[in-house]
Amino acid sequence: MIDPHLPYVSRLGRHPSRFRLIGTPIITVMLGSAITILPVIAQAPVMPPFGLLLLLTWRLLRPELWRTWIGLPLGLFDDIMSGQPIGSAMFLWTVTLIGIDAVEHRMLWRSYRQDWLIAAAAIIFCVAGGVFFARITGGGDINPQLVAPQMVWTILLFPFVVRQCARVDRWRVMA
Amino acid sequence: MARPPSRRPGHNRKAQYSLFASYVVAMTGAAVGLLLVIVAIFDPTGFAAIRTGTSEITRPASLGLRNMVSGVSSIDEVLAAYWRAGSQNVALRRQVEADRNRIIEAKAVAQENARLKKLLKLVDEDQSELLTARLISSSSSSSRRFARLNAGRWQGVRPGMPVRAPEGLIGRIHTTTPNTSEVLLLTDSSNIVPIRRAADSVPAISTGLGDGTLEIRSLAAGRNPFSPGDILVTSGVGGIYQPNIPVAVVVRIEGEIAYGVPLANPSKVDAVVVERSFEEAVTRSEPAAGPDLAAPEIAGNATAP
Repeated sequence: MIDPHLPYVSRLGRHPSRFRLIGTPIITVMLGSAITILPVIAQAPVMPPFGLLLLLTWRLLRPELWRTWIGLPLGLFDDIMSGQPIGSAMFLWTVTLIGIDAVEHRMLWRSYRQDWLIAAAAIIFCVAGGVFFARITGGGDINPQLVAPQMVWTILLFPFVVRQCARVDRWRVMA
Repeated sequence: MARPPSRRPGHNRKAQYSLFASYVVAMTGAAVGLLLVIVAIFDPTGFAAIRTGTSEITRPASLGLRNMVSGVSSIDEVLAAYWRAGSQNVALRRQVEADRNRIIEAKAVAQENARLKKLLKLVDEDQSELLTARLISSSSSSSRRFARLNAGRWQGVRPGMPVRAPEGLIGRIHTTTPNTSEVLLLTDSSNIVPIRRAADSVPAISTGLGDGTLEIRSLAAGRNPFSPGDILVTSGVGGIYQPNIPVAVVVRIEGEIAYGVPLANPSKVDAVVVERSFEEAVTRSEPAAGPDLAAPEIAGNATAP
């Protein structure tokens, strides 16, 4: 278990603090949502929804970490930061988490590829749902093709985010 | 790899209830979220107050990053300026000498201009300008196109005010918080701007497409009057935008619809100007000014179809 190449290894008799264990995933997801404070004035929806990506990653890496209601506070924060109508991510993220719970029982085998498949379906659902909500709340006639590139590179970005998240996770559980 | 262990607790009643309760909370919360969205259908700016806190907190971060970005992006200019500094200095000094005379001439012309305007009892259009501020961030992951402006209610910004850059129109204020405000960009798919062709006042309406381009529909029935290269400016109809602010240039024609690209790129402009709403600017000044400004507009609309 103890590998000299690892930057963090757990030491005997030491435990990470409670705040680190519980707070790290929540803070990373909120930082992902807060990516919109970067001074980029985008002309099209180009930025991948990092908040959603990190939420999915933590949920798939650590199924026991959160109850499904975590989608509500984190979704509210994402709505506040993202410019979507308030309630949009609250609804979509919670429904996604409930959906993952439901699907997980039915899958016989699970590996990294199934995780990616689940994440891809969740990303398509959330981005398409976001467009739908933006449309009905006075967004005008938004072309659904507009978010297709965003969907594609969000899905392609998932493996990278998983690796980074796993790195953070290792730091989280090792004191 | 086998699937992860089931979340279903065994025979422990307490754990079962707690899991059940978490689902109930999640379902209720999702329903509340849906309800909030439905409320937003009828009142899109209703929950703007919830955003106030966070946009005030994130303002310094965005502003600091913005300053850093413009500092970094101009570093090559600074380095280039050191190159051949001496000869450049001499050349610039000569230029200043030559320009000084021109400035004096221009001042005289401006004075004369002001005097003539006073004789004609024209309003000075500078009255419509409220303040200059910077765009600090945007809704880059959403399909709506909002940008955040580093000035808000305390600086006198109100919803509906037009925002422009020297190159052209940027959008209008959507919501305000004490120190920041959200700008509905020209390219948002709900931003409709009444425009006309600069050359001959053919009236049209521009709608954003959300991807950085605009859809331009002529108000006149029949053949599409636009051709690539046409410059479009605001017409002043509707009372929000001043007339004659440059908006877009037509790049492509497809049947009834023309596609245009905005002349001002919000990601490149350094500072933007918030103006008073056109209606307000007109009604605030002398009553004689209103018909004067509106007259060419009406004439343009009448002759076009």
